[in-house]
Amino acid sequence: MNPIWEYLIAGLLVMSGIFGIVGSFGLIKLPDTMTRLHAPTKATTLGVGGVLIASMAHAWAAEGVLSWHELMITLFLFITAPITANFIAKAQIHRAKVEDQLPPTGTGRSWATFEPDDARNPGHPAERSRAE
Amino acid sequence: MTPIDLALTFAYAAFGAGLLFNLWRVFRAPGVPDRILALDTMVINVIALVVLYGIGTGSSAYFEVAMLFAMTGFVSTVAYAKFILRGDVIE
Repeated sequence: MNPIWEYLIAGLLVMSGIFGIVGSFGLIKLPDTMTRLHAPTKATTLGVGGVLIASMAHAWAAEGVLSWHELMITLFLFITAPITANFIAKAQIHRAKVEDQLPPTGTGRSWATFEPDDARNPGHPAERSRAE
Repeated sequence: MTPIDLALTFAYAAFGAGLLFNLWRVFRAPGVPDRILALDTMVINVIALVVLYGIGTGSSAYFEVAMLFAMTGFVSTVAYAKFILRGDVIE
Protein backbone atom coordinates (compact mmCIF):
# COMPACT_ATOMS: atom_id res chain seq x y z
CA MET A 1 0.00 0.00 0.00
CA ASN A 2 1.14 3.53 -0.76
CA PRO A 3 2.52 5.13 2.47
CA ILE A 4 0.50 8.31 1.83
CA TRP A 5 -2.70 6.24 2.00
CA GLU A 6 -1.47 4.53 5.16
CA TYR A 7 -0.86 7.84 6.95
CA LEU A 8 -4.17 9.27 5.68
CA ILE A 9 -6.15 6.28 6.99
CA ALA A 10 -4.21 6.28 10.27
CA GLY A 11 -4.89 10.01 10.69
CA LEU A 12 -8.60 9.51 10.05
CA LEU A 13 -8.73 6.66 12.59
CA VAL A 14 -6.95 8.69 15.28
CA MET A 15 -9.21 11.69 14.64
CA SER A 16 -12.37 9.60 14.88
CA GLY A 17 -11.10 7.89 18.04
CA ILE A 18 -10.58 11.31 19.66
CA PHE A 19 -14.07 12.44 18.58
CA GLY A 20 -15.60 9.23 19.89
CA ILE A 21 -14.01 9.45 23.32
CA VAL A 22 -14.79 13.18 23.62
CA GLY A 23 -18.44 12.50 22.77
CA SER A 24 -18.73 9.73 25.35
CA PHE A 25 -16.83 11.74 27.96
CA GLY A 26 -19.20 14.67 27.42
CA LEU A 27 -22.05 12.35 28.33
CA ILE A 28 -20.70 11.98 31.87
CA LYS A 29 -19.08 15.42 32.21
CA LEU A 30 -21.78 17.92 31.18
CA PRO A 31 -24.09 19.23 33.94
CA ASP A 32 -27.71 18.52 32.86
CA THR A 33 -29.68 16.40 30.42
CA MET A 34 -30.28 19.01 27.72
CA THR A 35 -26.56 19.91 27.49
CA ARG A 36 -25.63 16.22 27.70
CA LEU A 37 -27.77 15.65 24.61
CA HIS A 38 -25.34 17.79 22.65
CA ALA A 39 -22.14 15.79 23.21
CA PRO A 40 -22.87 12.27 21.92
CA THR A 41 -25.26 13.15 19.10
CA LYS A 42 -22.71 15.40 17.42
CA ALA A 43 -19.25 14.20 18.38
CA THR A 44 -19.93 10.47 18.21
CA THR A 45 -21.60 10.75 14.83
CA LEU A 46 -18.51 12.59 13.57
CA GLY A 47 -16.37 9.84 15.12
CA VAL A 48 -18.29 7.04 13.42
CA GLY A 49 -18.26 9.04 10.19
CA GLY A 50 -14.47 9.20 10.37
CA VAL A 51 -14.20 5.45 10.97
CA LEU A 52 -16.46 4.74 8.00
CA ILE A 53 -14.53 7.07 5.68
CA ALA A 54 -11.30 5.39 6.85
CA SER A 55 -12.87 2.02 6.04
CA MET A 56 -13.81 3.20 2.54
CA ALA A 57 -10.28 4.55 1.98
CA HIS A 58 -8.81 1.26 3.26
CA ALA A 59 -10.91 -0.84 0.86
CA TRP A 60 -9.94 1.48 -2.02
CA ALA A 61 -6.23 1.50 -1.18
CA ALA A 62 -5.85 -2.21 -0.29
CA GLU A 63 -8.08 -3.91 -2.89
CA GLY A 64 -8.92 -1.19 -5.41
CA VAL A 65 -12.67 -1.58 -4.91
CA LEU A 66 -14.89 1.36 -4.04
CA SER A 67 -17.14 0.14 -1.23
CA TRP A 68 -20.52 1.88 -0.90
CA HIS A 69 -21.81 0.07 2.22
CA GLU A 70 -20.05 2.50 4.54
CA LEU A 71 -21.64 5.46 2.81
CA MET A 72 -25.05 3.88 3.43
CA ILE A 73 -24.30 3.50 7.15
CA THR A 74 -23.02 7.09 7.32
CA LEU A 75 -26.14 8.38 5.56
CA PHE A 76 -28.41 6.34 7.82
CA LEU A 77 -26.69 7.63 10.98
CA PHE A 78 -26.74 11.23 9.76
CA ILE A 79 -30.49 10.96 9.07
CA THR A 80 -31.42 9.18 12.30
CA ALA A 81 -29.22 11.06 14.82
CA PRO A 82 -31.36 14.26 14.83
CA ILE A 83 -34.57 12.19 15.08
CA THR A 84 -33.42 10.30 18.18
CA ALA A 85 -32.10 13.56 19.70
CA ASN A 86 -35.49 15.19 19.10
CA PHE A 87 -37.34 12.28 20.70
CA ILE A 88 -35.10 12.27 23.77
CA ALA A 89 -35.36 16.07 24.14
CA LYS A 90 -39.15 15.86 23.91
CA ALA A 91 -39.29 13.09 26.49
CA GLN A 92 -37.08 15.16 28.80
CA ILE A 93 -39.21 18.32 28.35
CA HIS A 94 -42.38 16.44 29.27
CA ARG A 95 -40.95 14.39 32.13
CA ALA A 96 -38.90 17.08 33.89
CA LYS A 97 -41.77 19.67 33.89
CA VAL A 98 -39.58 22.49 32.60
CA GLU A 99 -42.41 24.28 30.74
CA ASP A 100 -41.90 27.56 32.68
CA GLN A 101 -38.14 27.57 31.95
CA LEU A 102 -38.51 27.40 28.16
CA PRO A 103 -37.82 30.59 26.17
CA PRO A 104 -40.86 32.34 24.62
CA THR A 105 -41.82 31.31 21.09
CA GLY A 106 -42.55 34.90 20.02
CA THR A 107 -45.84 34.02 18.31
CA GLY A 108 -48.40 34.29 21.10
CA ARG A 109 -48.86 30.52 21.06
CA SER A 110 -47.14 28.03 23.35
CA TRP A 111 -44.60 25.44 22.26
CA ALA A 112 -46.20 23.00 19.83
CA THR A 113 -45.54 20.00 22.04
CA PHE A 114 -47.61 21.54 24.89
CA GLU A 115 -50.59 22.55 22.74
CA PRO A 116 -53.73 20.41 22.62
CA ASP A 117 -54.34 18.65 19.31
CA ASP A 118 -57.11 20.94 18.06
CA ALA A 119 -55.05 24.09 18.70
CA ARG A 120 -52.15 22.61 16.78
CA ASN A 121 -54.02 21.66 13.61
CA PRO A 122 -57.50 23.27 13.51
CA GLY A 123 -58.16 22.29 9.90
CA HIS A 124 -57.45 18.60 10.37
CA PRO A 125 -60.35 16.37 9.16
CA ALA A 126 -60.32 14.20 12.29
CA GLU A 127 -60.66 17.26 14.52
CA ARG A 128 -63.50 18.71 12.41
CA SER A 129 -65.51 15.51 12.46
CA ARG A 130 -65.05 15.28 16.22
CA ALA A 131 -66.32 18.86 16.63
CA GLU A 132 -69.45 18.29 14.51
CA MET B 1 3.75 -2.46 12.99
CA THR B 2 2.30 -0.24 10.30
CA PRO B 3 0.74 3.15 11.11
CA ILE B 4 -2.71 1.69 10.39
CA ASP B 5 -2.26 -1.01 13.04
CA LEU B 6 -1.17 1.58 15.59
CA ALA B 7 -4.09 3.86 14.75
CA LEU B 8 -6.48 0.88 14.91
CA THR B 9 -5.24 0.01 18.40
CA PHE B 10 -5.70 3.63 19.48
CA ALA B 11 -9.23 3.77 18.05
CA TYR B 12 -10.16 0.44 19.69
CA ALA B 13 -9.01 1.83 23.04
CA ALA B 14 -10.82 5.15 22.51
CA PHE B 15 -14.18 3.63 21.58
CA GLY B 16 -13.82 0.95 24.27
CA ALA B 17 -13.26 3.64 26.90
CA GLY B 18 -16.25 5.49 25.45
CA LEU B 19 -18.37 2.36 25.97
CA LEU B 20 -17.28 2.22 29.61
CA PHE B 21 -18.24 5.90 30.09
CA ASN B 22 -21.66 5.16 28.56
CA LEU B 23 -22.11 2.14 30.82
CA TRP B 24 -21.34 4.30 33.86
CA ARG B 25 -23.98 6.79 32.71
CA VAL B 26 -26.53 4.00 32.20
CA PHE B 27 -26.06 2.90 35.83
CA ARG B 28 -25.81 6.42 37.33
CA ALA B 29 -28.40 8.54 35.56
CA PRO B 30 -30.67 11.23 37.07
CA GLY B 31 -33.55 10.31 34.76
CA VAL B 32 -34.76 7.86 32.13
CA PRO B 33 -34.01 10.15 29.12
CA ASP B 34 -30.35 10.09 30.19
CA ARG B 35 -30.37 6.31 30.15
CA ILE B 36 -31.89 6.25 26.66
CA LEU B 37 -29.25 8.71 25.49
CA ALA B 38 -26.46 6.59 26.99
CA LEU B 39 -27.84 3.40 25.38
CA ASP B 40 -28.09 5.18 22.01
CA THR B 41 -24.46 6.32 22.33
CA MET B 42 -23.46 2.75 23.23
CA VAL B 43 -25.02 1.54 19.96
CA ILE B 44 -23.06 4.15 18.01
CA ASN B 45 -19.80 3.17 19.75
CA VAL B 46 -20.43 -0.52 19.02
CA ILE B 47 -21.02 0.31 15.34
CA ALA B 48 -17.63 2.05 15.32
CA LEU B 49 -15.97 -0.97 16.98
CA VAL B 50 -17.52 -3.40 14.47
CA VAL B 51 -16.35 -1.31 11.51
CA LEU B 52 -12.87 -1.04 13.08
CA TYR B 53 -12.78 -4.82 13.37
CA GLY B 54 -13.81 -5.02 9.71
CA ILE B 55 -10.84 -2.79 8.77
CA GLY B 56 -8.52 -4.93 10.93
CA THR B 57 -9.52 -8.24 9.34
CA GLY B 58 -9.90 -6.84 5.81
CA SER B 59 -13.25 -8.59 5.50
CA SER B 60 -16.36 -6.88 4.14
CA ALA B 61 -18.84 -9.09 6.04
CA TYR B 62 -18.92 -6.72 9.01
CA PHE B 63 -20.68 -3.87 7.26
CA GLU B 64 -23.95 -5.78 7.23
CA VAL B 65 -23.51 -6.29 10.97
CA ALA B 66 -22.90 -2.56 11.43
CA MET B 67 -25.93 -1.71 9.27
CA LEU B 68 -28.15 -4.05 11.31
CA PHE B 69 -26.84 -2.50 14.54
CA ALA B 70 -27.60 0.99 13.22
CA MET B 71 -31.17 0.04 12.24
CA THR B 72 -32.12 -1.89 15.39
CA GLY B 73 -30.44 0.78 17.54
CA PHE B 74 -32.46 3.56 15.94
CA VAL B 75 -35.75 1.69 16.16
CA SER B 76 -35.22 0.66 19.79
CA THR B 77 -34.18 4.19 20.84
CA VAL B 78 -37.27 5.70 19.25
CA ALA B 79 -39.50 3.00 20.73
CA TYR B 80 -38.07 3.53 24.23
CA ALA B 81 -38.42 7.33 24.00
CA LYS B 82 -41.96 6.98 22.68
CA PHE B 83 -42.80 4.56 25.47
CA ILE B 84 -41.74 6.86 28.30
CA LEU B 85 -43.39 9.80 26.50
CA ARG B 86 -46.83 8.26 25.92
CA GLY B 87 -46.89 5.00 27.90
CA ASP B 88 -47.36 3.07 24.68
CA VAL B 89 -45.17 2.35 21.64
CA ILE B 90 -47.86 2.08 18.92
CA GLU B 91 -51.12 3.84 19.73
